[in-house]
This record gives sequence, structure tokens and C-alpha cells, in this order.
Amino acid sequence: MKLLKTTAALMAATVISSPAFADVTVKIGVLNDRSGIYADLSGEGSVVAARMAAEDFGAAEKGITVEFVSADHQNRPDVASTIARQWLDQDGVNAIVDVPTSSAALAVNEIIKDANAVFINSGAATADLTGSACTPHTVHWTYDTWALAHGTGSAMVEQGGDSWFFITADYAFGHALERDTMAVVEEAGGTVVGTVRHPFPGSDFSSFLLQAQSSGAKVIGMANAGGDTINTVKQAAEFGITQAGQSLAALLLFITDVHALGLESAQGLVLTEAFYWDLNDDTREWSQRFAEAHNGSMPTMVHAGVYAGVLHYLKAVEAAGNNDADAVVEQMKAIPTDDPLFGQGEVRADGRHVHDMYLFEVKSPDESTGEWDYYETLATIPAAQAFRPLEEGGCHLVE
Amino acid sequence: MFELLGIPPQALFGQLLLGLINGSFYAILSLGLAIIFGLLNIINFTHGAQYMLGAFATWFLLSQFGINYWWALLLAPVAVGISGIILEKLLISRLYKLDHLYGLLLTFGLALIIQGLLRNNYGISGLPYNIPASLQGGQNLGFMFLPNYRAWVVVASLVVCFGTWFMIEKTKLGAYLRAATENPTLVGAFGINVPLMITLTYGFGVALAGFAGVLAAPIYSVNPNMGADLIIVVFAVVVIGGMGSILGAIVTGFSLGLIEGLTRVFYPEASSVVIFVIMALVLLVKPAGLFGRAV
Repeated sequence: MKLLKTTAALMAATVISSPAFADVTVKIGVLNDRSGIYADLSGEGSVVAARMAAEDFGAAEKGITVEFVSADHQNRPDVASTIARQWLDQDGVNAIVDVPTSSAALAVNEIIKDANAVFINSGAATADLTGSACTPHTVHWTYDTWALAHGTGSAMVEQGGDSWFFITADYAFGHALERDTMAVVEEAGGTVVGTVRHPFPGSDFSSFLLQAQSSGAKVIGMANAGGDTINTVKQAAEFGITQAGQSLAALLLFITDVHALGLESAQGLVLTEAFYWDLNDDTREWSQRFAEAHNGSMPTMVHAGVYAGVLHYLKAVEAAGNNDADAVVEQMKAIPTDDPLFGQGEVRADGRHVHDMYLFEVKSPDESTGEWDYYETLATIPAAQAFRPLEEGGCHLVE
Repeated sequence: MFELLGIPPQALFGQLLLGLINGSFYAILSLGLAIIFGLLNIINFTHGAQYMLGAFATWFLLSQFGINYWWALLLAPVAVGISGIILEKLLISRLYKLDHLYGLLLTFGLALIIQGLLRNNYGISGLPYNIPASLQGGQNLGFMFLPNYRAWVVVASLVVCFGTWFMIEKTKLGAYLRAATENPTLVGAFGINVPLMITLTYGFGVALAGFAGVLAAPIYSVNPNMGADLIIVVFAVVVIGGMGSILGAIVTGFSLGLIEGLTRVFYPEASSVVIFVIMALVLLVKPAGLFGRAV
């Protein structure tokens, strides 16, 4: 209903303000997990972020009518492809955004390749989206497994964590994150003493933790996300893993996970993120507005990526003057990116959006001064080093 | 050092113990289901949601009223049980004369509604709940580090399972209950209030789910989907044990926990499937389940 109202309001605004530019309508489909373990880090928050982008861009005044649809892919690739096909073939959707869960994202990616639509991914992690599986219509905005592996992986090895055991979610995302982190660890002179792959999603991780414990590795790398990571961290505390001297590396952790864990359990975890609400005045101002529209919950980097991705997409539509996918992506890659959340950056030829990444450490309950005050910035990883070099990804679009 | 089946015995014992702990949850939950199915002939698909409600009640008692874990262990199951009694009186009791399928659809629908409402209010990531201070820490058993809380879970569930079995199989009340399962009309003719007994049985079965929820709150993420993930496995446990068999539910619950634990060592990728493979095999060989009677 809200959606209808917004759309109606936007359309009315278009009529009243008599557009100065070409009259373009774009339909944006937000496809993500709205009921499962990734629903808090993407879900309705991503729809809120996308709508904020259209409002902040002033789409209506610029003659661009923006319509939104959203759907729940339940973290299943088959459901994701069915919805994507329906949107593209029958509903005239011009851009699909978000799509967490790497397996689902790769399924949508396969469809978008030959369709006249743009895929702006924020939620999924696999670096293959801009590597071996890259397409001319895909833009990967927020983060990827390569960036996470290099951020957290290198930091842990530098601190002396030179032997690793992986607890990995058994699907495309976990495999990619494990692969990329392993490469970083081995390149830095460390060793991988073992891995175990758990069914996705899982709830009891005690037996995997026990295997990790008996492996004697210095670092236990958690190549999973959302509810799986929450349960792993919670149970690691119970089994005295960190007290016994092993470190936990949360290879992908979102602020909503930290919120759910509580600082008591999460303190001291080192993680890599693309965004934190408390980085500067711009991020604070935007996050405040986001929280007001989303039950007081602070945005995750996925929400931030959806906002910035949609904003840049609309700029490109304005520049292209139409909603043709090839023309719009060409503009997205030609115009430098500039938004309040990720600052300045660019969309590379392979579709990768590059920007600074951050290495954070979770504060202890004593250090935290208020609700959602969770991270201490350890380091800023400059854009040039944060992502996989263009020529190493194996993307066929790179000459 | 010698090895058993290619892995050190320490690791094997550790995994077996963990399997037993997971089996405790399966046992309590499938016990509740079995009791409800035995007397009401209702396949209670709300069971997972009621387990989740138990965990939420535990969190709610602490965060809103400062009531600690030990009181929650008593209060949360009672609260969940009362909610079950209301549910039975208002809705489920109207379906006894209809096909099984209606009961299944009603309880499944209710589960989805309860989960959806909590998801809207509390999100999906879960709520923090810490292990009570007196059960923190653990024992070094030589082959593994056993957290005190997990040991407590096994003991508590064994006591509850045995108590329930004793009540149903060895007491007069239990005798009425079993008689009413066989022939409600005849038992009613002896002057026993069968509808009341049915209502209380449902309440008790649901309270068991709530109790399991309290046990789960400190170690699993307290989130609206926690029961939905577990309930399918628990149904498989009940089917393997034999629908409605009390002893079957308890024994199968613990032993499937063990089998799942072993799978996590030898082939972790299959650990979410192994129970269903066993279910399929058991149904082929003994369609009534391991402890069930053919009808």
C-alpha cells in the first residue's frame, strides 16, 4: 500500500512539475530475503533505502518516474530466477537490485546477461559476479569475497594468526569466501590446517567448533553469514574457544549481527565492512533518516549499497535519457560515482564499484557509549587496494 | 595413539556427547508431539512455533521484568502451555471430527502467523540471551571441553523425559490417558471428563515445547525462525519412532542426535539430510515406525 502511495505521489509530482528532460519511466525491483536469515541485513530495509535514493535524487523533478516492486527470494536460486524472469518478461522491470545470497545472485546474473535490464547487486558476496561470471549488465556495488578476505584475512595474519581452520557455509558464497581467504593466508606465509562445511542454514555449530578446536589452528575463520555467524560466535563463547587462545575471524559480519549478538559476545571481533553509520556527518545524517523510516534499526552496508547503487543508476538514466540497459550501464561506468555514503569512486569495466573499505573491531560493552555504537575503526583500506585488481578477475569484458 | 574409524577417539567421544545434547532437544520436542498425536490425533505443526515462544518468553521475562533463567524455566512453559490450552479450546477442538488434514492445515497456518508476527516486531537476527552465571564455564573431560550448560541440558531433558514416561505409563492418570487414546467413548462412559483431559494433554505437550525453548535460549539464536528450522527434523524423529509412541519418541530422539553427530564428523555436508534418509529407510522396512504398532 505504501508502495502504491509513493508511486502515485511520484507520478502526480511528475505531472505537476512538467518535466524539463525526457520523460522516462524506470521500474526497479528489489529482490532479496524478506523472511529468512538474511532478512534483517537486506529485506525491507533495502526497499526503504531504494525509495530514499529516488526521493533524494529528485527523480520526479527531473522527469524520471520511478516505480518499485519487491519480492522474497527465500535465499533460493530457483525462486530468485523465477521471480527475475517474471519481472523482466512480464512486468517490465528495468533494474533488479540487492539480491543477497551468492547462489541466488549468480542465478539472476545468468538471466540478466541477455536481458534488457541492469543488475545492481549489493547483498551478495561472491567475487565471481565481476570475475568469471561477469556480464555487461551487472554492477556489484558494496563488497565481495576478495575484499573481505584481504581485509580481515591479512589483518589476522599480520597479528600472528598464521594457521587457519575454516567453518564454511556449504554453498556458493561460503566456497568463494573460503577460497579467497585461503589464498590470502597462504600468500602471507600462513597455513590452512583444515576446513569443515556445514549445511546452510544451520543452527548447531558445536561439533564443527569442536573440530576446529582440536585442529589446534590459531585462527578459526567463519566463512558464513547472518544467523549462521551469530550462532557460531555464540556457541564459540560457550565452548571457551577464545579463552583457550584461539581467535575467531568473522569473515563477513553485519552490524545487525552484532546487534543480535550483543557486545558481551561480539566484543573483540575483527571485521571488514564497506560502510558504518558513524563514519562522518553525511553517513550519520542519512542513517538517522533511514532509522526513522525503518523501525529505528541502523542501516547495514547492504542497505547503504542499495541506496548508493540506485542513486548512481538514476544519474545514469538521466544522462542516457532512456532506460535501455546497455546505454545506462555505459553511463554508470562513464560517470564517476559520488554519494554521501561511499564518497567518490568509480564503476570499473568489469562492473565492480570501487571505494574505500574499513577494518573495524567490535567494542566492548564498556567502550560503547550508546545503542548501535559498536565499531572502532582500525584501518581504512584505500579503494585502490580494497578490491581485486581489474586484470586478475578473469572477466571477459576487460580488454 | 590408536584411531577409531580414522579419527582420534577423543574427537569421536566429543562428537558423540554433542550428538547426545542435540538429541535432548529432539527428544523433548518429539515427546510433546507424540503425546499430542496419541491422544488428539492432531499433527501439531505449531510445535516449532511454541518452542520458539518458550525461548521468546524467556527473553521477555528477563528483559522486561528482570526475571532470571531459573524462574523462566518454570514460568515460560506454563505461559506457553496456557496459550496452548486457549488455542485448543478456541480452534483445535472444533476439528476433531474432521480429517487429520484439517488439523494439520490449521496448526501449520497458526505457526506461520505466530512466526510472521514476531518477525515483524523483532526482526530475524535474534535477541541476545546469556547463559545464567551459575552454569557458565565448563569441565575439561580430557577428550573435550564440556560447557556446564550443555551438561545441564542433557540432565534436565533426561529427567523431564523419564518423568513424562513414568506419568503416562505407570500412574493412574496415565492409565486414563492411555485408555482415552484407545476408546474415548467408553472412557467417557465411566464418568471421566475426556474433553478436559484432551485439553490438558495438549497444554502439557505444548508446555514441553516451551520448556525446550527455555533450554535453547542461551545457546541458540533466539529468533522467530528457530522452531521452523527444527520442527521438520523433529517430525522425522516422530515418524521414525512411530507416531504416538512415547518411548519411541524419547529413544529415537536421543539416538538420532547421536547419528547426526557422527555424520558431522565423517561427512558434515550430509548432516542435515541423514535423518531423512533414515526416515525413508525405516518407512520402507517398518511403515509404522520402530516403536509403533501397525494399525
